[in-house]
Amino acid sequence: MADFQIDAEADITDVVCPVTFVKAKVALEELEDGQIISIRINDGEPVQNVPRSLKEEGHQILKLSANGDETYNLIVRKVGE
Amino acid sequence: MAVDYKALKDGGFMRQTQKNHFSLRLKAIGGNFTAEQLSTIAEISKTFGCGQVHLTSRQGIEIPFIKLDDVDKVKAELEAGGVYTGVCGPRVRTVTACQGAEICPSGCIDTYPLALEISDRYFGRELPHKFKFGVTGCMNNCLKAEENDLGIKGGYTIEWIKEACTLCGVCAKACREGAIAQTESEILLDETKCSNCGRCVKSCPFDAWRGEPGYILSFGGTFGNLIAKGEPVLPILRDKDALFRAADAALAFFDKYAKPGERFRVTIERAGWEAFRQTLETEMEAAYNG
Repeated sequence: MADFQIDAEADITDVVCPVTFVKAKVALEELEDGQIISIRINDGEPVQNVPRSLKEEGHQILKLSANGDETYNLIVRKVGE
Repeated sequence: MAVDYKALKDGGFMRQTQKNHFSLRLKAIGGNFTAEQLSTIAEISKTFGCGQVHLTSRQGIEIPFIKLDDVDKVKAELEAGGVYTGVCGPRVRTVTACQGAEICPSGCIDTYPLALEISDRYFGRELPHKFKFGVTGCMNNCLKAEENDLGIKGGYTIEWIKEACTLCGVCAKACREGAIAQTESEILLDETKCSNCGRCVKSCPFDAWRGEPGYILSFGGTFGNLIAKGEPVLPILRDKDALFRAADAALAFFDKYAKPGERFRVTIERAGWEAFRQTLETEMEAAYNG
């Protein structure tokens, strides 16, 4: 897996859709444009939907990697305000 | 003079329980009305009805409690405001549609212009029984395509673009069909599992999936006295001309083989699904060549 300079981390495995997206969005709002966040998400609906929702918000998805415990780390670069 | 109830009904005036009152069905396409049309409808309802409208199950509007004596006046005033009466009876009914790709992020096809085209081409056309078209933009099927005599569902035919792919891992998880597998060096697509939903295309951060919009048709859906879901008979159609050739052929089949007063579903089942599919393919090919 390519390495990225992670500026922040968030964990949205404690919430369900659609709050997963809201929590990820709030975490991204804390960042400066261009910073990179690693978001820990659950398997199932969150991993199916959250990457796409963040893409549609205009952010750059860099990588999705399995943690081996039915969670994933989604690496996202913040784009725009 | 005797009241011609059939003529009234054909023109969208539905007889009510209350004597000499009609619920007036308006022409709708894809459930879209402009604010100006809504103002006109509101005025008519207040002046000639009971100050209320009914939103129908097929995205239309009916104005109840229109009196028989006011029918002509109401029609004229509606038309002056750009609102037209709908139809009932044995003919092509209101074409329904979801908001589609123009508005909805999930949409694979632009549903409203397609609904307009279908309506322009077929609305009101007389047939052995009622005939309903519905257009839904994607696999989420908000518009319930398979409830219709002819349902149209948007989908993507997909293609992986190796050069653009970073093997980020998103599409393999976004796919709900298990059609996408990822190795160390490439993406493997099992086309037999692909449902054309387009979630890989929509979710890919690097535009490494190309999605060609297409139409998935279902035939013979009916959800009234007889309940049956429409069945896919043809593979996904890539262009609109093919869609209209299929619709032309389906309506011609219905006209030719139906007993009067029989729904499309019953006609197909009597003729047999395979015979129906063969007729569609033959007619579509003839129309393409001719």
